[in-house]
Amino acid sequence: MSGWPLWEVFVRPRRGLAHGHVGSLHAPDAEMALRNARDVYTRRQEGVSIWVVSAAAITASSPDEKDAFFDPAADKVYRHPTFYDVPEGAKHL
Amino acid sequence: MSSEALELGDDALIAAQRLAEWCASAPELEEDLALANIALDQLGAARLFLSYAGEADGRTEDDLAYLRDDREFRNCLLAELPNGDFAVTMAKLLFLAAAQKLRYDALAAGPDARLAAIAAKTRKETAYHLDHAARWVVRLGDGTAESHRRMQDAVDALWPYTHELGERAAWLALVEPVLAEATLDRPADGWAPAGGRDGVHTEHLSYLLAEMQVVHRAHPGARW
Amino acid sequence: MDDALLTQVEAAESDLRTAAAARLAASTFDEVIAADQKIEPRDAMPEAYRKTLIRQIAQHAHSEIIGMQPEGNWISRAPSLKRKAILLAKVQDEAGHGLYLYAAAETLGVSRADLVDALLDGRQKYSSIFNYPTLTWADVGAIGWLVDGAAIVNQVPLCRCSYGPYARAMIRVCKEESFHQRQGYEILHTLAHGTEAQHAMAQDALDRWWYPSLAMFGPPDADSTHSERSMAWKIKRFSNDELRQRFVDMCVGQAEILGLRIPDDGLRWNEQRGAYDFTAPDYAELMRVIKGDGPCNRQRIEHRRRAHAEGAWVREAAEAYARKHATATVAA
Repeated sequence: MSGWPLWEVFVRPRRGLAHGHVGSLHAPDAEMALRNARDVYTRRQEGVSIWVVSAAAITASSPDEKDAFFDPAADKVYRHPTFYDVPEGAKHL
Repeated sequence: MSSEALELGDDALIAAQRLAEWCASAPELEEDLALANIALDQLGAARLFLSYAGEADGRTEDDLAYLRDDREFRNCLLAELPNGDFAVTMAKLLFLAAAQKLRYDALAAGPDARLAAIAAKTRKETAYHLDHAARWVVRLGDGTAESHRRMQDAVDALWPYTHELGERAAWLALVEPVLAEATLDRPADGWAPAGGRDGVHTEHLSYLLAEMQVVHRAHPGARW
Repeated sequence: MDDALLTQVEAAESDLRTAAAARLAASTFDEVIAADQKIEPRDAMPEAYRKTLIRQIAQHAHSEIIGMQPEGNWISRAPSLKRKAILLAKVQDEAGHGLYLYAAAETLGVSRADLVDALLDGRQKYSSIFNYPTLTWADVGAIGWLVDGAAIVNQVPLCRCSYGPYARAMIRVCKEESFHQRQGYEILHTLAHGTEAQHAMAQDALDRWWYPSLAMFGPPDADSTHSERSMAWKIKRFSNDELRQRFVDMCVGQAEILGLRIPDDGLRWNEQRGAYDFTAPDYAELMRVIKGDGPCNRQRIEHRRRAHAEGAWVREAAEAYARKHATATVAA
């Protein structure tokens, strides 16, 4: 038994907020996935906009690559504003 | 009593009762949720219309739902027909939702402010029901050989009952394009059973009501 | 009554965020568990951890799906339109919760289709409670109050489970379920304060559902086979007996307000323990029901098999349509 493919569901909770991942579901095609997402994930007014993405279409980083992907950012403290000394009295910085 | 409110309330109530029979039996989990949503919308619409219909002579939504016999119900025959398989249920929903949408649209622009307010809410819900049913009719009609056969059988069996739904031309304009996209034949018009609006129903309604009303009637006057 | 429980759910959610924000150097499985952080789907994890989670989450999902039947049995006969709407929304939620949980299990590399097969051919179980029949309208109230009450006591700690997708699903489930227990309690309260016949119906429901509800927490700690390792892995946070005691202590006061009698002559406050002494459920009966000989095991699984088999042509048709039109789109 194969079953309908898996779709990932992203919902914008309110205007001004980004779509966030809320879960997944099965549907035969994108149109039905979108409607199923409405019925499954917005029964309590949780959203104002929905995206569905075929799970098979997502390319994800793998845990094996975690160090190579994410550790190099760790020593670039100069990317954060708190790295810098602000001379006393300087405003609006 | 507003006969319009009673007809629409009874259509929605009987539709909700039938749709809820699918609970825990749908072809897939996602569809179980979708059918329950539609049943809840229909039930909500029924409560609004019946509450309004009963106001004139001091009857509540529950008085009207639980204490009338089948000869007093004013729903169309289509709504009370058994669910059959999923194709029959989707054909029923397509046909009924198209008729409901037309009546709600008219009411929303009509002179009765109370009915217009109810219809303004229910027409949005019905648009979704119509969309859901249409998508399934298209998928089943244009799916496998078996689903095509079942869908065509369902449309053929239910077609006579659609003559009772009112405004034929506008209704056909909503339904015929769906049948065409679904690669289904539009049945010829012929036998046109009716009587629901006068309280002369099929044999099915009295059984439906017996089940729906049994607990309420066993405890006269009780609160729930 | 579940304000306290909802507060616990929110605390679990906020701790999840705090732990996530801690940016610990945890990287191995053991370090993540020790730091109270979450294991995520593609992380390395012991095979036994993965298998334990699949078994538990699937069993949980199956319980939601099978659990739709005993309550669904009363939707058509609900004695007011308001109660009909509430019950339908509640049973619909159970379908949703089953769906969230299957999705959480799928992140561990199994498919929902395989899990459904495992349910239908008896390789995986569901909660024994759903193998009891719902005989009167009051049973809908008793299930809401007792069965959902017991489920919430069980589930709130799962919001802190070490596996991220399960913890997040449980937070969502617990928040949505907060109305389930209240609607059941409200039904029983109305019945208990209604006519004599309604009161008797409510007491009869409590008499029949009390011990099966206590049995929902599983066998006593001494006989529990999976508990110790699950505690070490932070899948499980409290023992069966601890949760059962918590449930009994909650119910006693609630039953008093209902004006109903919990069917246990041994029920009394124990000053020393600061908890109620109570008569344990019949664990031999629990084992019989789990093994398949409860009043409704055959009926429940047969219903599921029939719905699944009768839906096959619909699922296939939708797939066939999608295939045709995917090709058409590409060609266009």
